[in-house]
Amino acid sequence: MVEFRLPRNSRITGGKHFPAPAGAGKVKTFKVYRYDPDSGQNPRWDTYDVDTSQCGPMVLDVLIHIKNTMDPTLTFRRSCREGICGSCAMNIAGRNTLACIHGHDECPGDKVAISPLPHMPVVKDLVPDLTLFYAQYASVEPWLHTETPEPQKEWRQSPEDREKLDGLYECILCACCSTSCPSYWWNQEKYLGPAALLHAYRWIIDSRDEATGERLDDLEDPFKLYRCHTIMNCAQVCPKGLNPAKAIAEVKKMLADRVV
Amino acid sequence: MGKPDFRTPMSRARGLGAAHHGAAEWLSNGLMAAALVPLTLWMVFAVLRLAQLDYYGAVQWIRSPVNVSLMVLTVVIAFAHMHHGMRVVIEDYVHQRLGKLGAVALSLFVSGLAGALTVFSILKVALGGA
Ligand code: SF4
Ligand code: SF4
Ligand code: FES
Repeated sequence: MVEFRLPRNSRITGGKHFPAPAGAGKVKTFKVYRYDPDSGQNPRWDTYDVDTSQCGPMVLDVLIHIKNTMDPTLTFRRSCREGICGSCAMNIAGRNTLACIHGHDECPGDKVAISPLPHMPVVKDLVPDLTLFYAQYASVEPWLHTETPEPQKEWRQSPEDREKLDGLYECILCACCSTSCPSYWWNQEKYLGPAALLHAYRWIIDSRDEATGERLDDLEDPFKLYRCHTIMNCAQVCPKGLNPAKAIAEVKKMLADRVV
Repeated sequence: MGKPDFRTPMSRARGLGAAHHGAAEWLSNGLMAAALVPLTLWMVFAVLRLAQLDYYGAVQWIRSPVNVSLMVLTVVIAFAHMHHGMRVVIEDYVHQRLGKLGAVALSLFVSGLAGALTVFSILKVALGGA
């Protein structure tokens, strides 16, 4: 059965409290998930009273401030700090998003909870293990498949056909969508999840690709594709404003077009 | 920590491969859901109508070929739809193989039995000498 309670070794306990330095300006409290699998201890919530007048406007700035000035043991991933690499995806105040483009003043409440992307194994603190997620992306073979001999110059495409890739190619593979999807939580070993399916559709709809049928064949499966029940969490959380649910619906429509 | 898994991530992602079906089910399920909208409305109308009639009037009404066909159709589609819905829920939440198969079989049996009993009862009134 689905587990509605966390396994014994994953239940979160109370943790340490880091008060703001004396004379701090604007203090906001952040409750951060901490877990170190090597320690053999359960995860815990550490709370940090952060002087937000001393750091930049984004949640990532807060985390960097905590790491630099309050607690160097805090682990998280980040790279571009401008919403393009997808590294800093995490759950902030109950919503999957990118820490680097989510303002800390946008977070409701006076205690902001920050935890790793839900329902994935945790490597450490805010770093989830996305190995399966990336393999699912690779499994849709996200590159051009052709048999026609390569043209002298380039594969040509009309501006109208190129437009069909808009809203798809912008995906940065941050995994916010897949890890917000209940179907993916319960069946991620069998369901590909919104991100991989959005990319599958990106190649199915590409007018230059010659493997459309094979790609559809590989998706027609009660679990790989049809676990999507159009719950729409994916479209709600995508920090790039994309709509994986719509891409999935288009794949279902194309599969239906093959039978009727 | 669970047991170490030496399968590669790609092998896990590919799993058992695609079953190559699902489109027809998806379509028929959508059609069934769509068909149930007018049929349910008709059913409400039918119940209101039947409530106004006495016993003989009600039997007469059910004996009309149109009414009995629509009734049987509503019942068959509703129970098929119920089984399909249950099956989706079971596949979402039950992960042990035997438990899953057992639950799907039970759902099929319950929906099938309830459907058969209802259809038989309707036909008994419609065709019987009551
Ligand atoms: S679709 Fe959006 S949420 Fe999903 S991986 Fe791509 S960018 Fe992230
Ligand atoms: S629409 Fe589909 S993919 Fe998106 S959250 Fe819902 S079930 Fe998941
Ligand atoms: S750090 Fe690159 S997306 Fe946030």
